[in-house]
Amino acid sequence: MKDLFAACSCFGLLLAAGSYQLARVINRRVGKEICNPLLFSTLCCCAVLLLTGTEYDVFYENGGNILEFFLTPATICLAIPLYRQFALLKKNAGAVLAGCTAGVLAHMAGCVLMLFLFRMETAEYISLLPKSITTAIGKGLSEELGGYPAITMATIMLTGLFGAVAAPGLLRLFGVKDPLCQGLAIGTSSHAAGTSRAVELGEVQGAASSLAIVMTGLLTVIAAPVFARLAG
Amino acid sequence: MKYLHEAVIIASITFAAEIIKFLLPLPIPASIYGLILLFLLLKSGVLKLEQIENVGGLLLELMPLLLVPASVSFLTVLDMIQGMLLPVLIMGFVGTVVVMMVTGMVSQALVRRGGEEKKA
Repeated sequence: MKDLFAACSCFGLLLAAGSYQLARVINRRVGKEICNPLLFSTLCCCAVLLLTGTEYDVFYENGGNILEFFLTPATICLAIPLYRQFALLKKNAGAVLAGCTAGVLAHMAGCVLMLFLFRMETAEYISLLPKSITTAIGKGLSEELGGYPAITMATIMLTGLFGAVAAPGLLRLFGVKDPLCQGLAIGTSSHAAGTSRAVELGEVQGAASSLAIVMTGLLTVIAAPVFARLAG
Repeated sequence: MKYLHEAVIIASITFAAEIIKFLLPLPIPASIYGLILLFLLLKSGVLKLEQIENVGGLLLELMPLLLVPASVSFLTVLDMIQGMLLPVLIMGFVGTVVVMMVTGMVSQALVRRGGEEKKA
């Protein structure tokens, strides 16, 4: 089975896109969003790889890389909602800045709590600091500060996936109804993956979430070294 | 051919962003440079929204699907984080909930106050 997959150039693409589309079809049939396409597709891909003993590289090199290739241009296009909603964001600059700063500080405080709770090594604690930001910044920052990039990557991926899936429900639970604030909350907590969901919720949410990615990235790059020194 | 034109523009911005990343020794991904670059191009009027809107919209719509390979790659780091699994899970779930709540509530309090002042 594994050799067959390795020989099919579109195996990864078909598995990921096919299961993603299947989730959308299920949702359309039921008339309600009962199965999140990103989560469903991720689980299907993991299940197929684990059950057939296929390595991730086979999935990635046979089509998975095609999807990932478009991720950079897609993230760049987040500038489109940002541009369209810029006036609204500018008007609420105070809320944007305060919201993102509070989110970043809450995250850092959580890391300090984890440090004491689990008596973590300094390097392990540092690996958790860049978790709410986009993978490339997070990984680089973790390396620079002396953390384990693998732990950082795992936390970032889990955060993004969870944020993208659970954001609408959580925001409802916390009574965050303002579209601008919904976007900020999603972007600050779960980077580009969450933002992909925010874009689906509405243009204002998408724009605020995109701005929050940039703001949170910047604030984390500033705050993480300070918090890294706390443990040292 | 309109779509090809748009795709070439977006690819060019991606290319420029990658050059910036190559030249600057910062741990910032090309996508963030590109996002800022495209925003500045739109804001300054060098680029019109109509010149990238269709392909850009398509990419944005597809974005969750584009994240599937990165999410699946969680499998590859799983054995490297075994000793840290519990903290990673707590930060991934509880940490994300807390940050979402704090940012949402703080910003909403400020937006609301802004709205009330205007009414008064």
